[in-house]
This record gives sequence, C-alpha cells and structure tokens, in this order.
Amino acid sequence: MSESAASSPLAVPPRESPHSASPALHHQFEVIEQQRDAGNFGMWVFLATEMLFFGGVFTDYIIYRSLYYSGFAAGSHGLEIDLGAAMMFVLLASSFTMAMAVHAAREGKHRPLIGFLTATIILGVAFLGMKFTEYFHKWQEHMVPGLNFHPALESLRGAPERTVELFMCFYFFMTGLHALHMIIGIGLLTVMTILAWRGKISRENYNRVEVSGLYWHFVDIIWIYLFPLLYLIGGRYK
Amino acid sequence: MSEKNPSVGTYILVFMALLVLAALTTGIAYIDLGPFNTVIALAIAVVKMSLVGLFFMHLWYSPGLNRIVVLAGFFWLALMISFTLADVFTPPVDKYFRSLTKFPVLHFQIFFTGYC
Repeated sequence: MSESAASSPLAVPPRESPHSASPALHHQFEVIEQQRDAGNFGMWVFLATEMLFFGGVFTDYIIYRSLYYSGFAAGSHGLEIDLGAAMMFVLLASSFTMAMAVHAAREGKHRPLIGFLTATIILGVAFLGMKFTEYFHKWQEHMVPGLNFHPALESLRGAPERTVELFMCFYFFMTGLHALHMIIGIGLLTVMTILAWRGKISRENYNRVEVSGLYWHFVDIIWIYLFPLLYLIGGRYK
Repeated sequence: MSEKNPSVGTYILVFMALLVLAALTTGIAYIDLGPFNTVIALAIAVVKMSLVGLFFMHLWYSPGLNRIVVLAGFFWLALMISFTLADVFTPPVDKYFRSLTKFPVLHFQIFFTGYC
C-alpha cells in the first residue's frame, strides 16, 4: 500500500478481459456463451421468416387443393411414392449426421466433425439426385406444366387436365424451392467442411456449424410436410 | 446459459423414432381411412417436426427466447393461412344479400369436401 503516490484514485485498474483470453470472441460480446446465443437467436429469426416464405406456397396449396381435389389426387397418384419415401429416409439420415456433426464440433472432436459433415453433404447430394431423377421421369411422361404437358389419359384418372396441370405446377414449385434450399445448405456445409479441414472450427467458435445445422434441419422439416402433402393425397389404396 | 445438451444416445433414439414414423406414414397411405388419411399423415408430420425441432435443433435445451421466435413464426403463419382462407371461401357481401339461402353451406362444403 506504499505505492499510493503512483496510482491516483482515478486510474482504472487493468481488468481481466475475456477478449484477450479467447480470440474467437467478437468485441461486442461479453462472454463466448452470449455470442453463441446471439448467433442462434439470429438464425431462428431468419428461420421464422423462412417459415412464412414457404407458408405462402402452403397457403396457396390449401386453397387450390380444396377447390380442385380430383386433379390434385390424380397428380399425386402419378408421383413415385417409393422414391418420395426414399428421399424422406435419406433426408432424415442427413439430419441425424448433421446433429452428430454439431455434437462433434461442440466436443471439439476434429475428425468426427469432418466425417459427419461429409456424410451430410453426400446424403444431401443423393437427395438431389433422386429429386432430379423424378423430374426427368416427369419430363418423359410429359407431365411438366407449360413446357411439356401432354399426359396420357390414364394418368388423369378422370380429372380435368388443367387441374392436374395445376397440381404439377405446385409439385415443381414446392419441390424446386426446397431443392434450391438444399443446394444452398450443401454450399454452407461445404464451407464448414473446408473450415474444419483447415482447423478453423474450435470449441469456441463452433457456433457457425451449429447455425448451419439449424438451417439444414429446417430444410428437412419442409420435406417432412411436402412428402405427405404432395405424395400421399387421397391414399394409395384400391 | 443452458449448457445442457443431448447425448449421442438421444440423437440415435430420435433418429430411430423418425425412421419408424416415416415408414408409418407411408404404410398408412395404403389403408383406406377416408378423410383420416390426410389427418393422420399431417399429425405424423407434426410429431416428426417436433422431434427434429426439440432434439436435433436443441429447442428443448435452448433459451426461451428462441422458443418465442418459433411460436411467433407459427402465429404469423396461422394468421396468413386463416385470413386468406376466410377471404377465399367467403363470397362478397352484396352477393350474400342477393342469395341469402345458399351462402354459408355452399362455400364451406367446397372447402371440406376437398379434404375427403
């Protein structure tokens, strides 16, 4: 206490700053947990806007399905239910590997992180491959509205041709929008894999993997709804 | 900060449940249940969404703020759908006064028969 002459009462004592301890912490945050919560919150707000973005198409779907049910049922019976179900399983598996990737990132396990991210990307690409296979089949069956719509009579099942065409519009628009999100998600995960490969993902800044995971799971949830709404109208019995 | 996080076992369990539900929803489509085919398919979709949201997306473990955002999203979605449907399936008022007899029955019949 004898150095009272050197330290004036106005001098601020040097504080132990968390920023000097962890370089991953951005200057506007106090602690790393706050930064992580803010990142997650931002992603959830974005996903809420995405809900309404897809919600617009779902609203239109509800209206036109109730107005032209026979056309929607006929179009739905023309879709390949086994391929749709397979896509459902592939996407659920990709969601699982994504959750495991986030888990590995949180634990700071480097190699499992890269492995699970790669598995998620492969499953996502497999999904898109099946999707575009089905698009190709639709083209061969002349079921693409506007460009190539001359369906065989039996595929109409007695419904007016224009209503089946309307269903196919919904099919291509909804699955196309979903596929676009898948492509963006695969791009995000590719960036995450490269970052992990270069050792840029640590236990401190794994939030970017977590946030990409939230986006990926959201796209999975959209397919959870698209599958029954597009493929299972009116059931498959008789 | 909620640092509780699900274990690998939880993820595997949730994944298995999702696979079973996906198989179930496909299987039920082959059984004739009338209008309940759609109801059950959507109910299973809601369960699957909840599983993914609560466990894979960690909503079960996250701060309440994130859950409020999700609820707000659903609230605005419900507003958009319900108000749009109310508009579409209700005839203009002057038409209502011209044909007082048929108005509510006809339009809501269209809506409900669309799901059977």
